[in-house]
Formats: sequence, C-alpha cells, structure tokens
Amino acid sequence: MEIDLTRGSIERVETDQRDTELYLGGLGTNAKILWDRVPPEVDPFSPDNLLIFSAGLLCGTPATGSTRTIVSTISPQTKLMAFSMMGGFFAPELKYAGYDKVILRGKSPDLVYLWIHNDKVEIRDASHLRGKGAVETEGLIKKELNQPKAQVASIGLAGENRVFFASIEQGRSSASRGGIGAVMGDKGVKAIAVRGTRDVHLARPAEFMGLCDEVLEYIKFRNENPIPGVMPILAGLGSPQEMAIHDEKWHTENFMWGNSRVRRKDFWTEEVANQWTETMDKARIRLLSCYNCPMTCGATISMPGHPTYMMKCFSKLTYTMAAFSDLDFGLRIAQRATEYGVDGFSTPQVMAFGLELYENGILTDDDMAGMPADNEERFFWLLDRIVRREGIGDILADGTYWAAQRIGRGADAYAHNNIKKHEQLPLKLSMLNPIYFLMYATGEKMNITQIEGQFPQAPFPKREQREEFVKDWIQVPDERFKQYFLDWELRGENSIPYYPTVEMCCDIVDWQERMHYIDDALGMCAGLSSFPLKPPYHIHNYPKFISAGAGIEMDEAKLSQAARRYRTLVRAINIRRGMRRKDDRPPKNHWKKRFPELEQKLLDAYYAFKGWNNDAIPTATTLRELNLDFVAEDFFKRGILTDDEDASSKAVLAEQQK
Amino acid sequence: MQKEKKKKIVRRIRINADKCNGCRACELICSAYHAVPRYSSNNPARSRIRVVRDPLADIFIPVYAGDYAVAECAGRDKYIIDGKEYDECAFCRVSCPSREEFKEPDSGLPLKCDMCEGEPEPLCVKWCLVGALVLEEREEAVEDTAVPEEMEELEIGLEALADRYGLGKIKDIVARMSKKD
Ligand code: SF4
Ligand code: SF4
Repeated sequence: MEIDLTRGSIERVETDQRDTELYLGGLGTNAKILWDRVPPEVDPFSPDNLLIFSAGLLCGTPATGSTRTIVSTISPQTKLMAFSMMGGFFAPELKYAGYDKVILRGKSPDLVYLWIHNDKVEIRDASHLRGKGAVETEGLIKKELNQPKAQVASIGLAGENRVFFASIEQGRSSASRGGIGAVMGDKGVKAIAVRGTRDVHLARPAEFMGLCDEVLEYIKFRNENPIPGVMPILAGLGSPQEMAIHDEKWHTENFMWGNSRVRRKDFWTEEVANQWTETMDKARIRLLSCYNCPMTCGATISMPGHPTYMMKCFSKLTYTMAAFSDLDFGLRIAQRATEYGVDGFSTPQVMAFGLELYENGILTDDDMAGMPADNEERFFWLLDRIVRREGIGDILADGTYWAAQRIGRGADAYAHNNIKKHEQLPLKLSMLNPIYFLMYATGEKMNITQIEGQFPQAPFPKREQREEFVKDWIQVPDERFKQYFLDWELRGENSIPYYPTVEMCCDIVDWQERMHYIDDALGMCAGLSSFPLKPPYHIHNYPKFISAGAGIEMDEAKLSQAARRYRTLVRAINIRRGMRRKDDRPPKNHWKKRFPELEQKLLDAYYAFKGWNNDAIPTATTLRELNLDFVAEDFFKRGILTDDEDASSKAVLAEQQK
Repeated sequence: MQKEKKKKIVRRIRINADKCNGCRACELICSAYHAVPRYSSNNPARSRIRVVRDPLADIFIPVYAGDYAVAECAGRDKYIIDGKEYDECAFCRVSCPSREEFKEPDSGLPLKCDMCEGEPEPLCVKWCLVGALVLEEREEAVEDTAVPEEMEELEIGLEALADRYGLGKIKDIVARMSKKD
C-alpha cells in the first residue's frame, strides 16, 4: 500500500510476484524499491525519500517467531540505507489486514497518524498527540479508535524533532538503528495503527504444519538441552538473558563503560550481584514474547514513580554502563528513553560522549549551562535536551560523528566508536579477530550483533569438546565448516589471528551474513535463526518453509542466490551514495593489537569472494549473474564502473599504494 | 435422543494466566486448525480461544469460547484481583452480540471451542510451550447425549441464524435451496 503524505492519497498496489521470487520479501523487496525509486541525490529528509514498513515473507503464517517488521529508508545519520527491524505484533497484524508493505512518501503538512483497518485506510489528524510519548501515543490511539486489539507503531518526541537516532516503538519492541524515527517525524507521521481480521493462506498446509511441528520440537529440545561450554547468551535460543537472567558478569566486565572507554574487570562482586538481582526482581512484572513465539525475551518493567513499560533488547545495561551507575538507574532512564523513542545503543553513547567532551574542556560550562551536578541527573538532563534539540542537545541529537564535526576543537577524537558514522556496541578488545574484522568492516547493518551468529565466537579449549559440538551440528551449510571448527585452537598455529585462514574467514562470514539476510527477508527473528548456535531454522529447512508457505519453488542454492542478490543490492544502493572501501573499517581502537597487512588481505579476499572489485564495488559480471543488470547499467552510466573492470580496480590499487 | 450413562474421557484445560506471555500462538493455531481445508489459512479473529491482553496493566487472560447468547447481559461487574481491574467480559466465554469475540469475522456466526475433537491433544495446549495451558483428562460417567460434534456446531450456527433472521425465513431459504438440487 502506498501513501503519499503530501497529497494525502492512498493507493493499493499489487505485490510484484516476480520481485518476490527474486528478492523474497521484507528487506529484499524494500531494497529493490529503494533502488528503483530513491536516487542517490535524495536527502534523508527530502519528501522524495521513502519510508517502507514491510512484513517479512513468512509473517502471519504459523512459522514460530516470524514476527519482524523491516523498516527501510535512507538514514539521516549514515546517509546510507537504514536497516532497522522490530519484532512484536505489527507485521502479522499488517498481513491479517491484507498488506505486505506500507510505503510512505512525501511529507504531511500537519502531524497525522494512519489507521489501517482491513480495507479501510485513513489519514487522521494527530495534532493532539504532538509531544506525547511513544507508549502513551499507542494507548491514546487505541482508546480513540476504540480498538484495543490494534497494533500501533509510533514515535516519541525524538522522532518528531528529527533526532538522528530516533526510534519507532511498537508494543514490546522497536526499530531503533539508523534513525528511522527521525524520517517518520520528518514525514509528519506520528503513528501507524493497524488491525486485520483477514485470512493468511498457506500454499501447502500439511507440509508447512509438519515443518512448524519440527521447529517447536526443536525449541523444546534446545530449551531442555543448552549448549555446554558457552556463555548463557549463546547456550540457548532467543535473547532471554536480557530479562530472565540475573548474572550480568559477562556484559559488565567485558563491555566498556562510559563513552566506551573503561573496562571494569572485577566489577561483578557478590554485593553487586545481590543488589542487581533484587532490583530486577522488584521491577520485572512479567516476561513477554512477540507474536507466536514462546521465547519470552522481553518484560514489563515497573519502577517506583515511573509508568510501566516494556523492555526489549539490551537497553537493560546500555544506560547503566554509559553512566557508571547501577541497574536501578538503567531501568528508570530506559523508561523515559522509550517514551521519547530513542535508540538504546546510540543514545547512552552520545550522552557519555557529551560528558567526556565536557570533562576534557572541549565543551564548556557555557555549553552545558543548567546541567545538574549529580551524575545520574546529568544523564536525565542530557536526554531531555537531546530529544527537544535544546542548546547542546541540538548538536548531540545528530549523533557523535556529526556532533563532533559541529563542535570542532578536536572533538572528533572522542567520537571513536563509530562505523560509517554510527555508534557501535561499547566493546574494546585485545587482539584482532579476523572473522569479526570482516563483519565489522563490511557489514551494512551498522550493528554487529545483527551479522554474527551460527559459528562459535571462540574455539573450545579441548578437542573432545569440539568433537562433541560438531556431532549434531545440522545447521552447517557444508561439512567443511565442521572441520574449520575442529581444527581451531586457543593457542599455537591454528589460533587467531591467522586461523581461521583468510579463505575460511570469508566462508564463515558469508554464511553468517547470509542467514541474517534471509531472516530479514522472511521476517524471522534472529533469535531463532541467525543469531544463536544451533537454531531451529537453518539453510536446510528454510527453502521448504518458503515453498510450502508462499508457494515459491525454492531450494538451498536458489535461496542463497536470492540472499546474495539483495545483499548485493543493498551494497549497490550504498555504493551509489558514495560508500567505498575506505568506509569499510571497524572503529580504530576496537582492537589493541592490529594486523594491517592481514586486514588488507582479508578485505581483498572477501571482496573477491563476494564478486566485488577492490574498491568494494560489485563487478558487472557479478551484477549480471545476479539478474542485477540494471545496477550494472546505472554504475556504468555514473562512471562508478568503467568498461574495463580490471583497469578500474587497478586504478584503485595504484591509488591505495600512493 | 437416547440418554444413557457412559464412561467418557472428560477434557479440561487448566489455564494458568500467570504463565501466559501474551504471544497468541494459541489463537493462531486454533484458527489454522479449524480452517477448511485444515490449516490452509489462519486468522486469529476466527479463533475459539482469545487472549485478553493489556501488557501495561499486566492483564493476560486466555479464554475459551463457550456458549452462544442471543442478547448481551444487562449489567456487567468489575473485578479487582491483585490490584488489577478486570471487566467481567474479560473472563466471559459467551459469543454475544456486544463484541466481536468468538464470531466468524465474515458471517458473524458464533464459534465454540470443540477441544479439537479427534486430536490427541488440543492444539492450543500443544502450541503453548510456556505451559500456560495444560490439558487434564479424567474418566467420568456422563450422560451421553450422543450429539456428534459437527451436529452441535450446525445447531449453534442455525440457532444463531434463526435468531437473526427468524426461523420462518431460514425454513424458506432451506426449502428454496433444496428445490435447486
Ligand atoms: S499460547 Fe500460551 S502463552 Fe501464548 S498467549 Fe496463548 S496461553 Fe498465553
Ligand atoms: S482446544 Fe482446540 S478448539 Fe478449543 S480453543 Fe484450543 S485449539 Fe481452539
């Protein structure tokens, strides 16, 4: 469904079956639409930028955990394609209302919200909702429509004020990365409410239900049999550690505190453990799941003096750690941040960055006029300034990269934890990990946790443990991955950074990335698929789900090829927007010990593996092989590729050697 | 109909609302199971179980569709349990005119839980992996009214139609339809 906000028109467009076959759905077809209709000159805040809400291909079917809404646009922060997704209940409801996507273009002159009720679609006045919190808005709209079962995706004040890391909130989930909430606010849309009571059909029901039964059985089995020898987050499925598990030793001692600066190796004492357990027990009312999923990764949280809210993902600790505070503070400030609608990864980093600049004299008392003395109060104060874009908040609202440019005076040295201008997890490690190097450098999702998974993060100390692990490792696309893992040692010749070898690293990263891209097209939660070790969904059963569910004949090769196709298309969109090899790099200080030569080799090999030239641009041959001829033609026309691909990559090499 | 005492397995589902996480898998699978052909589609609006859900108020109540009522009840009570306020409707199993619950969204005909007759285990119970729904089976001596399940459904449906259009009209239509054959 297409909505032109400038003209106030609503159009129903049939989903293109051929595109669905080529790009699947969700992210894949979103990328195709963005390529076709948003040329590189278009600014994120132009009426010509599109904001696309898409249900994944399997959403609304009985496939457990298939709940994700994929929201795509051009990000105000990175100026590249934004890559955000949310779980919850929105995508299935959209499917039950009879739609695959909602495409927003133009800009509404007044603040509005959309009401989609099966065939009936309305653009409604939202002026009375201006300045309201995201959660508050959801409640008000449901009441106003007298529709307690409607699902509402809304923005808070941050989105309305175009904060570059504003999120879209929905029930117990949010689409946070890339600042898509700012684009929604820029378009003048406060919320989208949807209610559907239509049937969603399956192509081959009996077969599909058989597959669902297998998945449910597997989830039960995995819940009863956690994988031994790995940390809790990797031992099971979903991300239950966020809300259900008290032991935060691993995160608090391994992630960095403040503006991603300080590691506190002995933080987790018995006293802290007791205090945090008590805080969590008091605050947590109930564990929650998304639609049709048993994993209970979220929770309702109620802190004294604050309204109840639903917590998702890792915002449990991000604010706490940025402020060097405790869980009690983290849960309190996350409530306000959720109402404002801001990204739980970027926001704490930006605030800690602001304070670090202040402590180092780059921001002065003038800049911070009115700031309280108390540390925790400072964070609340900064958060309020940022979402209102008041004073220093107006600058910080652009994120650390752009804020540093505006502040000058050497501030950019403090914006040290970005990839492609986007704040990353506060992790600083010792020695380069070649697999992660590739994921950080070449990933386009701006969020490392959404690329990793499938392959263990570290070798197991003993060969017997490794042998045990590979025994029922049915998820591997090929037996060779088992061998890579079996031979991987903690020390010696077969250890990091030279093992896995460059070729193996390419292979492993490609597998990990492929699974995430497949999930993002199908609308499957990464927690049941691409993120954990040994998940119920994998490359061997996915094609069957697609065939039996959507009636598209599919096999592993065809599915992998489709994922490669739209993965390449995402890169092409970004290449057309100016991204090149020079942008493919992790934060400078991510690892203490770096291996520049090896890193260049890894990039060279990975680009070749992907069919990209040395400047990270997909070659014409690759593009044609993937039915992306139109991209190749565009690249030639723009001079991004020249007729002689080798010549162009040689020129790049010469450039690099200068 | 013949009435006789017969041993019968009585199925009962124990609902532990404290364990419910609000995922609505039960709604989905119920609607899929009752689709024709079986599993060919799903649509929670057609489900014979529904989850009354208001997460911020911590209200999560799975309720099974029970009988059909011609009229809504005259007054409704409010219950306060554990400090949470519930409308009586939240617990009500009746397909009644005042709400969309337990009715086919297209025809408005009433729906009733049939315990997934014929399945070893009700499907909603099977799909609720967190154990909020638990099947209990007991052998009981019951008066067997021997109404097959489909007949019962038909009866409820017809009754609802008769209420809406009048028995005379329905008879006319049936007569007309049988002439066409
Ligand atoms: S399947 Fe179970 S947990 Fe999910 S809504 Fe139904 S009763 Fe609640
Ligand atoms: S027992 Fe069967 S018919 Fe009854 S609500 Fe559950 S799934 Fe539906």
